[in-house]
Amino acid sequence: MTVKSKPEPTTIERRDFLKRTGAAAGALAGFPGIISGQTVTNALKVGLIGCGGRGSGAAAQALTADSQAELTAVADIDEAIVDRAATRLRGSERFGARVKIDHAFFGLDAFQHVIDSGVDVVLLATPPGFRPQHMTAAVNAGKHIFAEKPCATDSPGVRAVLAAQKLAHTKDVAVVSGFCWRYNNMVQAAMEQVHSGAIGRLVAHYSTYYTNPVKPMPPESERPAGISDIEWQVRNWYNFVWLCGDSLVEQAVHNADKIMWVMKDQPPVGAVAVGGRAVPANGGNIYDHFEVNYLFPNGYRVFLANRQATGCYNATHDYLMGTDGTLLLGGGRPRIETPDGQLKWQFEGEEYDMYQREHDVLFGSIRAGKPANTDLNLATSTLLAIMGRQAAYTGQQVTWEASMNSQVSLVPDPIDWNGRHEVPGLAIPGRTKEI
Amino acid sequence: MRSRAPALALVLLVVAHLAPSLAGQAGSPVDAGEMAAVERIRARIEERSKPASGSPAPYTVTIPNTTVTYGMASVPAGEFQMGSAAPDAPADEKPQHTVRHDAFWMQTHEVTWDAYLMFMFVDQAGESSKPDMLVDGLSRPTAPHLEMSFGRGNSGFPAISMTQHAANKFAQWLSARTGEYYRLPTEAEWEYACRAGDTTAVPPGPLDDYAWHRGNSSTPAFADGTYHQVATKKPNAWGLHDMRGNVMEWTLDQYAPYTPEPKENPWVRATRPYPHAVRGGSWNDEPARVTCTARVASEPSWKMRDPQLPKSVWYMTDAQWLGFRLVRPAVLPNAEEMYRAWNSGVELDPY
Repeated sequence: MTVKSKPEPTTIERRDFLKRTGAAAGALAGFPGIISGQTVTNALKVGLIGCGGRGSGAAAQALTADSQAELTAVADIDEAIVDRAATRLRGSERFGARVKIDHAFFGLDAFQHVIDSGVDVVLLATPPGFRPQHMTAAVNAGKHIFAEKPCATDSPGVRAVLAAQKLAHTKDVAVVSGFCWRYNNMVQAAMEQVHSGAIGRLVAHYSTYYTNPVKPMPPESERPAGISDIEWQVRNWYNFVWLCGDSLVEQAVHNADKIMWVMKDQPPVGAVAVGGRAVPANGGNIYDHFEVNYLFPNGYRVFLANRQATGCYNATHDYLMGTDGTLLLGGGRPRIETPDGQLKWQFEGEEYDMYQREHDVLFGSIRAGKPANTDLNLATSTLLAIMGRQAAYTGQQVTWEASMNSQVSLVPDPIDWNGRHEVPGLAIPGRTKEI
Repeated sequence: MRSRAPALALVLLVVAHLAPSLAGQAGSPVDAGEMAAVERIRARIEERSKPASGSPAPYTVTIPNTTVTYGMASVPAGEFQMGSAAPDAPADEKPQHTVRHDAFWMQTHEVTWDAYLMFMFVDQAGESSKPDMLVDGLSRPTAPHLEMSFGRGNSGFPAISMTQHAANKFAQWLSARTGEYYRLPTEAEWEYACRAGDTTAVPPGPLDDYAWHRGNSSTPAFADGTYHQVATKKPNAWGLHDMRGNVMEWTLDQYAPYTPEPKENPWVRATRPYPHAVRGGSWNDEPARVTCTARVASEPSWKMRDPQLPKSVWYMTDAQWLGFRLVRPAVLPNAEEMYRAWNSGVELDPY
């Protein structure tokens, strides 16, 4: 995919250098000369691609995970976003001194400049529509990767990520995904119970993500004059299927990942789904509710329901039913009850910070010379959610193979920052084609 | 809505300008725009305060243009011994010391999701049909990334998972909506109201009649316990439900050691984000911690599941037992004190 950047790649090297000079002089005066150079010899240089709240959080976790990690390059669509993140990160008492941003890049091709800037690790935290392109480029360049979930918004994107992960494996490049629950000791313990047979043979799984709207679309009247379609869409990315994947793929993908975790990442046979939108989309094209029924081998059924609406019943729960008991996740410590309601197992102990754990694993594996590269669920769990969306949008029964092989691409190619890009309206089951 | 007594209204006009504000030092710099908003709300409150007969009495409020109501209990001026003298009481409840309070009203139950969701989401608040410039300009929570009721129920249940900053801003919003001045209770006000004139360490009557705690709060869906609809247990002597148990409640104060000297209307102003004092214990606590004197110090781990930088100033992602209720001082303070109650200035987490 070729992309055209908004401006020429811009850097804030000069201004940043001036800022850092003062700090460096202070450091030289106050400390022995170990850190006399621009960077310590065994520093891991980190590049952040996508500087919103989540990307900034990932950078904080990376700099916390490794005491000699340094943030050296950042990218986003405009200078204001980058500046805000850089200022925040520099302000940290714990790691601010290791925020040494030599390169800041703006625009849709900024990711490539970060990758080319000499970093060791990249943190991919843009809207997910860009992730396949960013992952592919990062792996090609041999960079270790933290990739936020989901990893794509359409089937071709998932295939690109799978190919990138395969290549990462042969190149010994780490890929750790932002499917955070896999790094949560409470849910890990629950899954161990299930996998060791504590609830018997699996019968059904009911999984919910009933919550509030995340980033509602502003009315068209608030669209600034002269702003291109692409820029307007990227700035309101949550409301466009090509950028966000829809609510099911962007948010309830956490449920999809738990569903796949239970199945040890073996795929379903197929899915049937319903979905729609109850409140005006304001020009966006995502649904605000879905319910997907997945069929797995041996007649095992999984029901995944999500909603993003105000004023409704809310919950994010998993009820995993087996012949010998039910596992309940969500709303407290995971617990297993027998069919007659007796407590059979409950998580005991302290829950640890799963977001920090992701980076502890990533950096620990790089330092150990054994880059972590087992998160293939990054692609498969994303596809599980995408196939649910495809089933809802098309109104058809969708098989795993059909979804995996779908040629329908939602992401424009090339993406022109200044370009026109009309998105289709809300999908209409029975008419919309996505397989 | 009923209004204060004429005597109080008179006192208000005098005291507001002469009396020193609640004890405490000046905090962070005042934001001019925010102060202007506070002054506009204060003007609305003064304009709407009508003479009424009798002394401060309990009353019921309906949030204008909604069906959400809450009771206001009258808490008389008075003096009490704050903290515990019991030999085995936790160290942070000592030394017991004398506190004197002015009169105030307090919400008879914890703030419910019914009210709080209107603050979180404009479309739930009936504000688009009747625009109100004063309310429109107020700071409101961003949309949460996690689901914040955790399936424990909305209608009639206490709101949870909010920061102290969010509770302060809710108080400001509710003040603008109703034309009555609300804020979080100070820690001393909270304990005074919880005791309701009782001087013993453990108030009389079986705890189960008054409080949801770890031993009695489980439901078929939440075997580990959960919050329950507000005011389903007996009130205390001053008409306040669920002061002990159900959800813990934010106070205005920084959590700090007690000192022995007597105090009048004390307010331990916050100078850092943690810890703030949280009171009352919850459905998740053992009965021994569900008391009028037990103190809990807020901590950053209550936001562990917030992956962002900065962490949200609105949500405590890991505090499913934490809510609040508000007080209305009988005497309207000056604008600066209102500003300080609604703007702690220390809402950002350290990182």
